[in-house]
Amino acid sequence: MKHVVIIGNGISGVTTARHVRKMSDQKITIISDETDYFFSRTALMYVYMGHMPFKNTQPYENWFWEKNRINLIKNRVEKIDTDSKKLLLKNGEEITYDKLVLATGSKPNKFGWKGQDLDGVSGMYSKQDLDAIEKYTKNIKRAVIVGGGLIGIELAEMLISREIPVTFLVRETSFWNNVLPKQDSQLITNHVKSHHVDLKLDTELREIIPDENGRVKAVLTSKGETIDCQFVGLTAGVSPNIDFVRDSKIECNRGILINRHLETNIPDVYAIGDCAEQENAIGRRRPIEQVWYTGRMMGETLAQTLCGNRRQYNPGHWFNSAKFFDIEYQTYGWVTARIQEDEQDYYWESSCGQKAIHLVFDKNDKSFVGINTFGIRLRHEMFDRWLNEKKSIEHVLEYLKDANFDPEFYKQHEEEIINGFNQKFNANIQPKKKSWKRIFTTF
Amino acid sequence: MKIIKKLGLTLFIIGLVIFTSLIFIGKYELTESTFDSYVKSRGFKSELFIDDIQKNVVGKTYSNQFELSSDITSALENANETYKKEQQWDKVIWDKPHSLSYSLIKPSAKGIVVDNQGLFFFLTFGLGIIGALMFIIPDVVLLGPPGIKNNGIYQSKATNRGWIGYLAFIYLVSFYILLYFYADYIVNLVYLVDPISKSLSGNAASQWFLYGFLYCTVMVVMGIRMFIKYRHNKYQVIRTASVLFFQIAFAFLIPEILVRFNMPYFDFKNAWPLDYDFFFDWNIKSLINSGTLGIFMLVWGTIFSIIIIPIVVYFYGKRWYCSWVCGCGGLAETLGDPYRQLSDKSMKAWKIERYLIHSVLVFAIIMTAMTLYTYFTGVDSLFGIKTYDLQFYYGFLIGSIFSGVIGTGFYPVMGNRVWCRFGCPLAAYMGIVQRFKSRFRITTNGGQCISCGNCSTYCEQGIDVRAYAQKGQNIVRASCVGCGVCSAVCPRGVLKLENGPEEGRIQENPTLLGNDIDLMKMLKDK
Ligand SMILES: Cc1cc2nc3c(=O)[nH]c(=O)nc-3n(C[C@H](O)[C@H](O)[C@H](O)COP(=O)(O)OP(=O)(O)OC[C@H]3O[C@@H](n4cnc5c(N)ncnc54)[C@H](O)[C@@H]3O)c2cc1C
Ligand code: SF4
Ligand code: SF4
Repeated sequence: MKHVVIIGNGISGVTTARHVRKMSDQKITIISDETDYFFSRTALMYVYMGHMPFKNTQPYENWFWEKNRINLIKNRVEKIDTDSKKLLLKNGEEITYDKLVLATGSKPNKFGWKGQDLDGVSGMYSKQDLDAIEKYTKNIKRAVIVGGGLIGIELAEMLISREIPVTFLVRETSFWNNVLPKQDSQLITNHVKSHHVDLKLDTELREIIPDENGRVKAVLTSKGETIDCQFVGLTAGVSPNIDFVRDSKIECNRGILINRHLETNIPDVYAIGDCAEQENAIGRRRPIEQVWYTGRMMGETLAQTLCGNRRQYNPGHWFNSAKFFDIEYQTYGWVTARIQEDEQDYYWESSCGQKAIHLVFDKNDKSFVGINTFGIRLRHEMFDRWLNEKKSIEHVLEYLKDANFDPEFYKQHEEEIINGFNQKFNANIQPKKKSWKRIFTTF
Repeated sequence: MKIIKKLGLTLFIIGLVIFTSLIFIGKYELTESTFDSYVKSRGFKSELFIDDIQKNVVGKTYSNQFELSSDITSALENANETYKKEQQWDKVIWDKPHSLSYSLIKPSAKGIVVDNQGLFFFLTFGLGIIGALMFIIPDVVLLGPPGIKNNGIYQSKATNRGWIGYLAFIYLVSFYILLYFYADYIVNLVYLVDPISKSLSGNAASQWFLYGFLYCTVMVVMGIRMFIKYRHNKYQVIRTASVLFFQIAFAFLIPEILVRFNMPYFDFKNAWPLDYDFFFDWNIKSLINSGTLGIFMLVWGTIFSIIIIPIVVYFYGKRWYCSWVCGCGGLAETLGDPYRQLSDKSMKAWKIERYLIHSVLVFAIIMTAMTLYTYFTGVDSLFGIKTYDLQFYYGFLIGSIFSGVIGTGFYPVMGNRVWCRFGCPLAAYMGIVQRFKSRFRITTNGGQCISCGNCSTYCEQGIDVRAYAQKGQNIVRASCVGCGVCSAVCPRGVLKLENGPEEGRIQENPTLLGNDIDLMKMLKDK
């Protein structure tokens, strides 16, 4: 019986294990030093906010692992010896593998700021980070968050939920405008401010200043301002958590380098999820994709390979989602911060300033390229199909009602959206009524 | 704002304390004339009981109702015991001791509560309502802009099974035990709502009127809380308005008004087998004897339960009843909302649920079948089991203990749908329809789920919604009451309650976990 050893019990590693077990009888071991059981990293914020107990972030009950004969080891892998196919654990134990899966995730970026390791400074990635934040933010007067990405805004929401005043240092001139187009970014920026976050745009961290006990006392910003605070959250992005891999023969760049089959340069060693870097980017995707879905999809694919069914990793159309305080965001296809040369776009925003849609399409053949949606839920399935079939923007708008995924009785905006489009582009699109038949055909 | 909230809480607690302490004040005296006319109206032949009461109780002033109750119930029990021994069956009084005692104590109460019903109504209900609203309404501002507001739920001792939760649990359970089994102890509370009852039905209030009034009041106040909490979510707002309407109009006002016009007390939206005594002979007889309207009620009740309910469940799922119409559901969705996260999501709980709820359904069906058998044939037992015994045990175990004491009393520790999930036979029956023949499902939005667990946490029915959502599978579960909260709390817009074609309702949605189609097919085929 072959022994599949997986380092990392996050979504990537666990998905691999589950699917390998579904298809085969190989011996499976998952090693992680973070927690006893798999939990959903994306839900950490809800634990701090009191929406859920930590236990509820675990998608499987504790008996699941034994029942599925998935061996769990809580320890840290210190060394990988690919010649003898051995792992050395922190507790001195050695583990031999036949196939090794590296799914070690990310770690928060720290850019060598002065004071970045002080008491009262934390990233927001692991369970340990969450515990640290819990400890550091008791009875404090102000927190400073550094770095305006998705995790930063989650951290802001967490702290605000406990009525801790937040100053948010964001390098960009508008929130997340390296990913979102201008209007979208502005919408979110306004919303963040409406939640009483002291948002300091175009501002970076210079240094973190300690008090006499080595605890955070204040930060100094690139604008020369000193802000008193008792907690600093570092959320300026993440990078692959692979320091211990670098000493091995496995080839790394920023992440562990893999081909389209998720294989590293060493036979029987694979890397997936946040820690993996594609040698050649797939389509418009970035070589390192630090999102939940990528980890899951790679895990599903790799399981096939591990069960003797060598597969290429073939992600479908790009999609993603997030929530900025009260505004939900979904995206399907490609909407980039700067609309490409050969593309056109159409932006609609509701009068309440809480809902918006941003459509991008090809200038020449009018084919639909992507959509950002804020405050309106849209049906993944419809957009995936339209992208597959290379439907035109007119088609997408005409059938937009089929794609609405908001709860029943919600106000619908398709007419408004289409009217706006007709006006801007001198078109004459008439929305079609929602049809169950259309939604459910194609299968 | 926070001060208003605190003040509100204080007022509410004062109201609650006064309400509770009313049980311990007042004087009681059973007068000759009250007793005589009661005995006459009931046609009691138990001389021993009548003598005993006349000698030892009538005319005596009691400083609390507990002693009076104990004198009456022991007189009754002693008399019955003797007659049973002597086999003088016609002299035995078959009433439950505490309900007979209630009938005698209610008219015997004296003292400040009876004399100042208005004042005490204000000091209890009034303060309670004003206090609760002062506590709730500032949330419009305090909770911030519209959106999901679950902050601090697991940090609050009231909602995380902390000591406040347990206190509420003890209070609710005690209240239900008094209400169902020791109504004679709470006559003072019934007095509070006497004037309202008289203005509606013309009769003095019973403990059931008190309960009905309290039920509506609590639902309205906590309904306002729902309106504020979910003001961004129209589904929740409309649904809450609907349960409030059906409770107040159909379960409370219409039956009382019917009584005023000498017609049978009837709740048009109640359905067998939740309404387990619908086919009991006394009910059938009373309906048949009430003329055309009575017959209509009988026919309506039957058609409603057996034809209308499953048809509407086919089109909309059982949610149309459980979270839009039903009174039990209504209380669960208003008073119970703060506790919804406490339902057990484990596989084990699901197993227990299926055994339990279907056993209750079978029990209800057997009991009703026996009842009808007895009604039509006049034979009062089958296979050595007495119909009456079955009815009695069903009423006691399921009707009172399960649906009342456990069903509501356990909100603060087991979540707000204990009864609906584990016990309600109507829910079981509709669940079977919903699971196998219905257009309702919760659609999962392709691959967007991040397995965060909010949906499962806030599912009052203990459904592990995430287990389906993360696989891209639609949720089709017998127990889902369609409250829509899983969809509301999902931060990624993954869930949508829909009524669509039956075809493809359950299958996994292959393309959309995000991988290419081929691979998903392979995964599925395995
Ligand atoms: C707060 C937060 C919110 C997020 N929200 C979203 C979101 O909404 N949507 C989205 O798409 N993505 C989100 N992400 C990103 C997403 O969580 C990650 O992409 C995903 O969890 C990566 O999964 P993984 O399995 O690759 O790695 P991880 O989940 O990081 O798991 C790796 C595990 O390996 C362990 N490990 C590493 N090295 C060793 C070693 N040497 N020995 C033993 N164990 C080791 C680590 O301790 C860790 O437990 C979020 C991330 C964070 C931090
Ligand atoms: S699955 Fe969703 S809609 Fe159904 S009962 Fe649970 S929370 Fe309510
Ligand atoms: S709440 Fe939404 S994202 Fe979270 S587990 Fe449920 S379906 Fe998935």
